[in-house]
Amino acid sequence: MTFPTLNLPVISPQIVLVVAALVILIADLVIVQKRILGWISLVAALGALATVFTYRPASPAFQNMALADGLGLFTTAAVLIAAALALLLSVERVADFTRHAGAYYALILLATAGMTALTIASDFMTIFVAIEILSLALYVLSGFNRRDARSSEAALKYFLLGAFASGFLLYGIALIYGATGTTNLAAIAQGIAPLSVSLPFAPLLPLGVGLLLVGLGFKVALVPFHMWTPDVYQGAPTPVTAFMSVGTKTASFAALIRVLAALGSHDRPWLLALAGLAVLTMTLGNLAALRQTSLKRMLAYSSIAHAGYIVTGLAAGNPRGAEGALYYLLAYTFMNLGAFAVLLAVQRREENDVSVERLHGLAARQPVLAVLMALFMFSLAGIPPLAGFFAKLYVFSGAVEAGLAWLAIVGVINSAIGAYYYLRVTVAMFMSEPAADAAEAPKPGWPVMATIAIAALATLLLGIWQFPWMQSIIQAVSTLALR
Amino acid sequence: MVPLWYYLVLAAALFCIGAFGALARKNAVGVLMGVELMLNAVNINLVAFWRYTTAAQLTGQLFAVFVITVAAAEAAVGLALFIAIYRQRNTVNVEEFDTMKG
Repeated sequence: MTFPTLNLPVISPQIVLVVAALVILIADLVIVQKRILGWISLVAALGALATVFTYRPASPAFQNMALADGLGLFTTAAVLIAAALALLLSVERVADFTRHAGAYYALILLATAGMTALTIASDFMTIFVAIEILSLALYVLSGFNRRDARSSEAALKYFLLGAFASGFLLYGIALIYGATGTTNLAAIAQGIAPLSVSLPFAPLLPLGVGLLLVGLGFKVALVPFHMWTPDVYQGAPTPVTAFMSVGTKTASFAALIRVLAALGSHDRPWLLALAGLAVLTMTLGNLAALRQTSLKRMLAYSSIAHAGYIVTGLAAGNPRGAEGALYYLLAYTFMNLGAFAVLLAVQRREENDVSVERLHGLAARQPVLAVLMALFMFSLAGIPPLAGFFAKLYVFSGAVEAGLAWLAIVGVINSAIGAYYYLRVTVAMFMSEPAADAAEAPKPGWPVMATIAIAALATLLLGIWQFPWMQSIIQAVSTLALR
Repeated sequence: MVPLWYYLVLAAALFCIGAFGALARKNAVGVLMGVELMLNAVNINLVAFWRYTTAAQLTGQLFAVFVITVAAAEAAVGLALFIAIYRQRNTVNVEEFDTMKG
């Protein structure tokens, strides 16, 4: 009997994360000081990050079920950084909303394992299983705040709509399987190129891809599959929102990029569909964000708009657009996580949300926090020389290169709309008088401040010193073979 | 032999019934049942395609087993969430969950 080559090192980040999750669940029974569990989970996330750098890119594993190529490694690292920052953010405040800190940390690690598995999945089977692993953990995490009735409502909505969407995802996958006779992305890429006419059920392919886009579009919150996003982001505990808003996006977009590369995106109807989705997503996300008073809800709509910008890069269907999307994901990880971390720093212990009024006069009370929040807002708005500006520049130039100048113009107009509500937050912090009942939030401890500082530093660095990041992004995209 | 499209039509019909159930039911458990119907429609599709196109490989069958497993995990998590929310609100009627708007 011969054993197939498994190439286990490829899944070493997942092994580290899952083992750590199990250790934490057991340690939870004996350790009274729950903060230690937080540190264990943080060490696990950093350890998984360290393993990413130990193996060579482009090694397939499990009979091509997983592929740790440049794209997989880059996005795995981004997800793990997001997880580490979210855990650092959680350590201090997790006791505010739950007594089950061990389960909380274990679920964060399991969600991270699902996300990292999704980034290296190169078969529809692994893509589906990874999406479900991350989703099941996040359904529970978004309902973790027992004090806030909105939290369990968020979990219920996320679960029902998520399960509904995975039905569409699966139906799409089944049709693609019927059309191509395989679920493996590499085999699909080889099969489609020469025989696009003689495939047995070729007409099912566009239909399958369309349904797949519905399923993945739900995960990354594209309009019109975004209905869950504002409610879930608002109801979920703030550290969970910070984590899921960036981690899920990075992982799902990595899978989407990989699927589009395998399907051979040139001259295919779905690129136009993606361009349409991008326009809808950017516009509706920004317009809805304008009239929000809850900051978590505003950032939720803003994250929908940002998904639209990233799809602009994918709709371009060229390497420049994919590079822009990857850079965007990394930049978005830091700036959005940082913004949510500031919200956590200003919210009171019993609260789960912050209104714009609460930020009035923040600059006078906590100047450092206000300056860093302004940095994140400027970056999200796309003001140079911060990371958010270059991210938008790259995806839009990808669109222009692909002959979609109209899409880039829509994107720029949308950035201008978006700037309004980001700057409104800044104005509230620096130029408004504090409200009379602005009771003091607890002074944020060093883990929260460290998270914010790291995110702010990365937002700055990604903008002004791009060479190492862009090099690994270009390398990642060049091995993808976007046709 | 029964032609393939019989199975595809059956699966499509089952999927649509499931989707309608998921959208139309007010009880969260009913919605979950609709979703399960959708997943089982996919299973019919997968196994039918497997039988008629690549019967030499096990891909389709294997995938169906994964779908069944994941559906079970999903039902477990979902029912646990329903119980948690029922304790808080005394209802699992999805139309009553509207505290967040805008």
